[in-house]
Amino acid sequence: MRRKIGKQSIQLKHAPRITAAGTVVGHMENEGALTGHFDTVIPDDMWGQKTFEQCERLMFEQSVKLAMHKCGKRDGGVDVLLGGDLLNQIISAGFAARTLQLPFLGLYGACSTIVESLLIGSALVDGGFVDAAACAASSHFSTAERQYRMPLELGTQSTPTSQRTVTGAGCMLVCSQGDATNKNDWPESVDNVHVTGGTIGRVVDLGITDANNMGAAMAPAAADTLLAHLEDTGCSVDDYDAIITGDLGTFGSDMFAMLCEQHGIQVADKHMDCGKTIYLPSQDVVCGASGCGCAAVVLGAYILRRIEAGDIKKAFVMATGALMSPVSGMQGESIPGIAHGVVLERRN
Amino acid sequence: MKISTDKSKEYQAVVQERMPKSKVFSQLVRAFLVGGLICCVGEGVRQIAQTYLSMDEKGVSAFVSIVMIFLGSLLTGLGVYDKLGKFAGAGSVVPITGFANSIVAPAMEHKVEGYVLGVGAKLFSIAGPVLVYGTIASMIVGIIALIVE
Repeated sequence: MRRKIGKQSIQLKHAPRITAAGTVVGHMENEGALTGHFDTVIPDDMWGQKTFEQCERLMFEQSVKLAMHKCGKRDGGVDVLLGGDLLNQIISAGFAARTLQLPFLGLYGACSTIVESLLIGSALVDGGFVDAAACAASSHFSTAERQYRMPLELGTQSTPTSQRTVTGAGCMLVCSQGDATNKNDWPESVDNVHVTGGTIGRVVDLGITDANNMGAAMAPAAADTLLAHLEDTGCSVDDYDAIITGDLGTFGSDMFAMLCEQHGIQVADKHMDCGKTIYLPSQDVVCGASGCGCAAVVLGAYILRRIEAGDIKKAFVMATGALMSPVSGMQGESIPGIAHGVVLERRN
Repeated sequence: MKISTDKSKEYQAVVQERMPKSKVFSQLVRAFLVGGLICCVGEGVRQIAQTYLSMDEKGVSAFVSIVMIFLGSLLTGLGVYDKLGKFAGAGSVVPITGFANSIVAPAMEHKVEGYVLGVGAKLFSIAGPVLVYGTIASMIVGIIALIVE
């Protein structure tokens, strides 16, 4: 059976299962709308490390270990680690993989990385190349500020469209049906969430140059991927209980809904954005959250459970990324956006 | 390369139109109040130097600068100045305390990369352009003054 459908999409005939997720977040993330959902909350931005970068890589590492522990893979049994982060040369992922000693494929899709990992991981599992793939991504407010913006102690104002980078790392374990997942008694285990397909996004750039308006820069990519997915699969939005995006934020979500509407698709009542979900408005985050960790921890800690609980039966999850760098920004280039999507389904 | 097609122009126009705007008036008020307050502190220091320390004109201006730079640096180190800047915007950037903040902030940030390639190299990453163009502007003004005289 061909697994490729249409132009950009795949279907996974064995529907690999997501067996566990591990999440590590900062205290501010845990004080938001999803308080209490996360596995580990770090007390401060350093977590006993010497640098913010070391803290981020420890978070990455712990999220993978958590996911492995939750399904009894404490001593290995994961065939490949896929993932990345926002830092130059994806050092959080690379250095965490050094400690974890798992076969490692480093990925960079900016904030779309978690779904890129899930997409590739699920395809590898479905194709029988691996039995278990750990898919992870991380971001850290302080490391991202250092790399992309200004020093932390510099007194500047945030612009009305800015978003706050999530301090968080999330890992999801994708396993084949035959994989003997010897689950231990972890209270919130995931049993029935399957990855049944996905769509590989194209890079879309409609000329937004403002690095403080990432939502607007990425919204066209999300709309493009959704349209491609619906066309490839012959589905309509009505076939899904939720259309989930990674970190478009409040303004980006409005633009996404508008772009979909231009193509005759009404997403408003089914659309949920992880960047709008994680913080509370009282936390003064302007347009919401962003960062690789945003979609990773909201998916791992919240959405998987909602699918498991059955109030979402089928969701199309797109993580959105902005593929620019500080250098390209200074050279006046616009911001290329990308969005990859996976279909998560509850099956008994 | 700038992307410029009909579709992108149309989208950019919609984004410009619909995006949330800065609350200019309230920001101006806050900048005025905090900026004014910082200048009042400066004036207070000036009065102290004149009245109690009996300094001459030159001594007073140096003293005020030194005290204000110290205060700006101290508040940066204590993690207060960034919060002040978030509230006041230009009100805390324009006075000399803002200049101190722009040098101390990268120094703190890059200490972990060492004293040479970290602190030394990055110290002026924010303030550098101000110094470069400030010096060039003063040279141009100096040359004009020379010609006029």
